[in-house]
Amino acid sequence: MNESELVQLVSPEGERVRHPDYESSLGVDEIFGFYRDMTIIRRICNEATSLQRQGELALWAPVQGQEAAQIGCGRAMTEKDFGFPTYREHGIAWCRGVPPLNMLRLFRGVSQGGWDPQHYRFSTPTIVLGDQTLTAVGYAMGIQKDGTDEASVAFFGDGASSQGDVSEAFVWAASFDAPVVFFLQNNQWAISEPSTLQTKIPLYRRAEGFGFPGIRVDGNDVLAVYEVTKRALENAHEGGGPTLVEAFTYRMSPHTTSDDPTRYRTDAEVEVWKHRDPIERTKALLVREYKYKNSHFEEVREEAEAIALKLRDDLLSLPDPDPTFIFDNAYAAPHPLIDDGRRDMIELGVSSVTS
Amino acid sequence: MSHRTFLMPDVGEGLTEAEIVTWKVSVGDTVTLNQPLVDIETAKATVELPSPFVGVVSELHGQVGDVIEVGKPLIEIEVRDDSSSGATPAPVKPTARTAVFVGYGTSEENEVATRRHRRAPSTSTAFGPVVPTPSVASVVTAAHVRSTPPVRLYAKQHGLDISLVPGTGRDGLVTRDDVDRALSGTQRRTPSAPSNAPTRFVGHDLEPWDSGPKEERIPVRGVLRSMAEAMVQSAFSAPHAAVWVRVDATPTMDLVKSLKARPSLANIRLSPLVIVALALCDAARTYPGINSSFDAANNDVIIRRSVALGIAADTPRGLLAPNIKNADQLDLVDMALALDQLVTKARAGTTTPAEMLGTTLSITNVGPMGVDGAVPILPPGTSAILVVGQIAKAPWVRDNEVVVRDVVEIGLSFDHRHIDGALASGVLSHVGRFLSDPAPALLAR
Repeated sequence: MNESELVQLVSPEGERVRHPDYESSLGVDEIFGFYRDMTIIRRICNEATSLQRQGELALWAPVQGQEAAQIGCGRAMTEKDFGFPTYREHGIAWCRGVPPLNMLRLFRGVSQGGWDPQHYRFSTPTIVLGDQTLTAVGYAMGIQKDGTDEASVAFFGDGASSQGDVSEAFVWAASFDAPVVFFLQNNQWAISEPSTLQTKIPLYRRAEGFGFPGIRVDGNDVLAVYEVTKRALENAHEGGGPTLVEAFTYRMSPHTTSDDPTRYRTDAEVEVWKHRDPIERTKALLVREYKYKNSHFEEVREEAEAIALKLRDDLLSLPDPDPTFIFDNAYAAPHPLIDDGRRDMIELGVSSVTS
Repeated sequence: MSHRTFLMPDVGEGLTEAEIVTWKVSVGDTVTLNQPLVDIETAKATVELPSPFVGVVSELHGQVGDVIEVGKPLIEIEVRDDSSSGATPAPVKPTARTAVFVGYGTSEENEVATRRHRRAPSTSTAFGPVVPTPSVASVVTAAHVRSTPPVRLYAKQHGLDISLVPGTGRDGLVTRDDVDRALSGTQRRTPSAPSNAPTRFVGHDLEPWDSGPKEERIPVRGVLRSMAEAMVQSAFSAPHAAVWVRVDATPTMDLVKSLKARPSLANIRLSPLVIVALALCDAARTYPGINSSFDAANNDVIIRRSVALGIAADTPRGLLAPNIKNADQLDLVDMALALDQLVTKARAGTTTPAEMLGTTLSITNVGPMGVDGAVPILPPGTSAILVVGQIAKAPWVRDNEVVVRDVVEIGLSFDHRHIDGALASGVLSHVGRFLSDPAPALLAR
């Protein structure tokens, strides 16, 4: 990677970096707030991974390493914006105010979503790769018809960027100048496929070919992600059309709990990225520039611990729904095939409902 | 106290079983929430399971190598009851959920459904009673030995009962150094005595002849499967041939000895194998054709001007062959460091897949096993493997006199599709000359 291509405002050692086009507008309280967000979301994520290993979740998609990308973007989004996530956007969900327990419902198999998208202005996770970029563009085109100054944000990764849906979304967004921010977290690995195999050019440069601006930001620098996303959103709010923001980051954990990354990547590579840890970088900045002490960080750690333990307790006391719940919200109106499925399940005797 | 059972979870979306790789706790250990209990290997990944309970381990279901079905008991933990509830609760199932979507049998829920690949030893050295050793003050029962999981594993891998090791760490903690000290006191390390117990078998510990079952099946999985597949692939695609020669390696032994005595090299593990590795790389530089592979699919022979030197390593998990990349660029010190690191990682089980890919030439050192020679099978995709036998005192004829020298037999297996006897002999002779007179060859580099 050519380092000069990337917007960075804080170095991995926590030193400020000058950039010709961007500077941080954040005060110390906001920076510490971001540190808190990132620490809590990592702790939640670790607890969820443990719960999966203990048989309490069917699956979990860890976010470790991508906290700065998600918190920086999530905090830059305003109340009026609407997000369309993948299954890994736990940090964004946190910023939108989704209770942690609701993030886990889908992965425990007790809900088909977990929250009311309208309430948080944040869609439930899309599992099919790249689909949600089309939804986000459609939503943005709806914003244009409403004539409001909102924006939608499409979340996806380097793997999904190879999907046809994403290219179609780019075409439609460009053609209609739709108020959408494409927030691409390039975490380097599409499960076991390196991003270097997925693309011959840096991903942010694809936008140029579709006719809208693209920018690459250091996805492990929460200050830089915040400023770059904020400007892209403001541009959309003001009718300036779409932007592709590529947050250059790293998935430090497995793709999901079903994946074993040691089969396809080296310890040495993970070590390199550990030095760019987004949380340590923010901590270093707070210590270096604002003389924050261990007591500040310890307080956050304890808060995160309490949140994680409460999450565990809440999850373990969730009632199991009747298996037929999976048929309940498939269609708004009655549907004969869905009704057949429900009847079959009842006849199998796995439901407490009687026909 | 109440009793909780941790059932084998499905860690990978639809798996039915998992194999126990490493226990990180022992019976009697106190465990905290999310403390690592065990590494398991599934069809998809090797993962660590964290404890869902706080309490004391009362039983481990199954041993390393056992396969446990998903939903069957894995570990029992005594959990301290809430002080508020005085009642003695009945044994509780941990998750209190019945998996209704998946058809795990319920008839034998309380039975430990392990497919035993071997019977549990009747006298467990790890948990059995301990014979007090008067001179050692800190010996306690195994269940209460203070140590750390990696050190417990380390001791176990070396066949050492950790309860017999005096701990010198804080509060009598048994450290790795303590284990090393105990090992050096108990194990004789002579070149002709195999360091492995006779019952070691492809990463398993077999039961003794008299007490073991009359017939036993060992599943072909993990490292064993890799070994089997590699050998079949190689043996039935590459026609093997071999040459061998006896060499006076006394100058190599003298060189290693004199280097070891240098204070500046004190922290580097020097062995004759380092010189052998340098010799083979030097031979490849001289005879580039040996560092090649036969690409049958494309009807090409690929010559590579860079050596990824594979070293066959006997590890607790079985045979592994990680390699040293760009070995032809290394000097003596770097080669020693690289070999040391490779072996350490292989033994610790931290070798990465990348470190096993792309081997071009290999060495297998059968000397420590006390034999003179072997005809090794080529690692798939490579064309030559050098075998080194034991280096032992033997009569040697020099200047028409019989003298006692350090003699070693070396051999070379090669892919006879594209390497002929002349080339193989040239390479092997080159290695032999290097070992019988290493100084000029090293200086020339």
